[in-house]
Amino acid sequence: AMTAHSFALPVVLFSAFWGLVGIAAPWFVPKGPNRGVIITMLITSAVCCYLFWLIAILAQANPLFGPQLKNETIWYVRFLWE
Amino acid sequence: SFVAGVIHPWRVSAFERLLWRACRGYLVANFVEMPEPMEDPATGESITWVIFLISYWGEQIGQKIRKISDCFHCHVYPYPESETSRADTMNGLHSQIQDLSVVLEETEQYLSQVLDKVMLALPTWRVQVQKMKAIYLVLNQCSFDVTEKCLIAEVWCPVRDLTQVQDALRQGSYKSGSSVECFVQRIPTSESPPTLIRTNKFTAGFQSIVDAYGVASYQEVNPAPYAIITFPFIFAIMFGDVGHGLVMFLFALWMVLYENSPSLQQGSNEIWQTFFEGRYLILLMGAFSIYTGFIYNECFSKATVIFPSAWSVAAMANHSSWSSAYLATHPSLTLDPNVTGVFQGPYPFGIDPVSVPWDAGWDLQLVARSLTFLSPWQIWSLATNHLNFLNSFKMKMSVVLGIVHMGFGVLLGVFNHVHFQQRHRLVLEFLPEMVFLLALFGYLVFLIFYKWIKFSSADSRVAPSILIHFINMFLFTSNADNLPLYQGQVVPVQMVLVVLALVSVPILLLGTPLYLHCRRHALKPGHAGPVAVEEQEALLDGQEAGNSVNASKEDVESGGHSPDAKHVDFSEIFMHQAIHTIEYCLGCVSNTASYLRLWALSLAHAQLSEVLWSMVMRNGFVRLSYVGGVVLVPVFAAFAVLTVAILLVMEGLSAFLHALRLHWVEFQNKFYVGAGYKLCPFAFAPDSWE
Repeated sequence: AMTAHSFALPVVLFSAFWGLVGIAAPWFVPKGPNRGVIITMLITSAVCCYLFWLIAILAQANPLFGPQLKNETIWYVRFLWE
Repeated sequence: SFVAGVIHPWRVSAFERLLWRACRGYLVANFVEMPEPMEDPATGESITWVIFLISYWGEQIGQKIRKISDCFHCHVYPYPESETSRADTMNGLHSQIQDLSVVLEETEQYLSQVLDKVMLALPTWRVQVQKMKAIYLVLNQCSFDVTEKCLIAEVWCPVRDLTQVQDALRQGSYKSGSSVECFVQRIPTSESPPTLIRTNKFTAGFQSIVDAYGVASYQEVNPAPYAIITFPFIFAIMFGDVGHGLVMFLFALWMVLYENSPSLQQGSNEIWQTFFEGRYLILLMGAFSIYTGFIYNECFSKATVIFPSAWSVAAMANHSSWSSAYLATHPSLTLDPNVTGVFQGPYPFGIDPVSVPWDAGWDLQLVARSLTFLSPWQIWSLATNHLNFLNSFKMKMSVVLGIVHMGFGVLLGVFNHVHFQQRHRLVLEFLPEMVFLLALFGYLVFLIFYKWIKFSSADSRVAPSILIHFINMFLFTSNADNLPLYQGQVVPVQMVLVVLALVSVPILLLGTPLYLHCRRHALKPGHAGPVAVEEQEALLDGQEAGNSVNASKEDVESGGHSPDAKHVDFSEIFMHQAIHTIEYCLGCVSNTASYLRLWALSLAHAQLSEVLWSMVMRNGFVRLSYVGGVVLVPVFAAFAVLTVAILLVMEGLSAFLHALRLHWVEFQNKFYVGAGYKLCPFAFAPDSWE
């Protein structure tokens, strides 16, 4: 049995997570000489990582072609497991 | 009568012969070799002397003998006639020898005592001498004032530390007990000051890779804080693999946790020192590589199945009725996402394991046995056309990230324009640059995202090609076969964007020079003095100028030059701006293409690790008996060594270099000038003045 992957749930989850890192966390950085650097690091890494993940999931959201499998494995999966 | 002495052993035979001839036998000569060699006082050689004793009769013969022995450079000693006096002389000589040896012994002892004491104090002396030498080197750079009674030095000092300097001078004069106090005074200067960027042990590594290209000009925006994250991230795009990233991360973690141990700090090997100084850099590189490795779904070239794969073979097989006979005649078949149930939504985190390569040519039995230990969905990492998908994905990813990175670079230029009070450049340079970049390449990014969202397998036969659309946009033509992505794409939207981009070029080219020209014309009637903001670089007014002690001579390090005549030609400004415009516009195109190295290197890394797995490690799994277990050990050793040598070191250095290149050229030429020089304060660290 296959599970259907929803599209909305991961988007919401990951946007919330990186939003927390990039937008909410900077407010909680303790004062000190390194505050500016730490805030810059948080925001930059949130933007980079979120964008990278977003590209990965959007590229697979509507595939124009499917994977090509060898007949051995198709046979194996089809008749032995399913 | 006797003559006694010592003679050099080589001259003995000649001496004897001459004596015999000269004295016609009226002498008796006795030659005895000394029992042990002694040092010749004249030459210092150790020679086994020969002692001779000559007895003769007659005064003349005696004289002859003495003359001959003189010629032969013998040492002659008095030889008393009587027996008792000879004995006395012997005793006297013996006691003398004893006394002398006692004296020598005592002297030696004393010498060793003194040397021992010195040995304890020697390191301190050495340091003291070096410190004194350093201080004198600096003092030599000062100059005497008119009264020849005190030294004057001109120094650069950060404004923030000015009070500290005054305190230190006060303490120094108090401690040395002098009557006159040292003092410091600010004087204005038109030289450009050195750049001082304060770093801690974490940020120092990143600052040094920025400085390696060029030290920031005085007070311009520093790209290093952003490079702390973007550099490891871009490295990780080219290096993405969970396993390799984990090894790299652990190696750097070990270096970081033990960074205070002296054995690590004082490594003599230069290459090791380089790695050690970049330990935080490597730590972040490894951490980001783990993240991108998860997204690429590569762990030592194998895919992990965190979530079940989205592709269903059963649905496809049912729809197309793939029977065993059918499969036997078709070596490979494709799953069609158009068929319902085959594709069940995008993989939530990263690339679907079906798209990651699987080894070719496994024995089916082997597959069956090995898969009983793994999740049944691992089988999906076996598409033979995985590169078709990955190439498209990675190419678009590189372009999108590259354009975002470059846009960010242009944005950083705003800080410079605002800080140096050159707001005209915001409108005349930043705006046209941004419009050019976004109208053309920002639009490309939009097209990429739009096609991903709007087009699916249902219209896969007629899906438009973004590349052809992009080319046609510039040429103002269109292809009949290439359908537009959305209504109104070609005529209003793309035309407007191209026109906007074309319009921004002359603004960029002529805006600033014309503005400056008009400004100088407006100022000319009234002012003879310097026009402060003519140059592209910021001039300094007295406030920001270096603070100095009274002086005439300058710090040797200063590479600054007084800004020259205020009459900068319009032609020069125009030339400078023309070069900048051409560089920017052509650079936008070429730099976007340059970011495709992200795709190229990540592909190379993935393929290399796959090859290593399939050609080395897989051979360890061939025999599934106990023998196979023993065979696995050397195979794994070879796999580990090759992984570290080729994939971690070679590929790591390669990705590091390319990430560095992307930062230095493609990112920094959008805003960075980097024409400054570093502040080199005096310090007692040996390497700065030895």
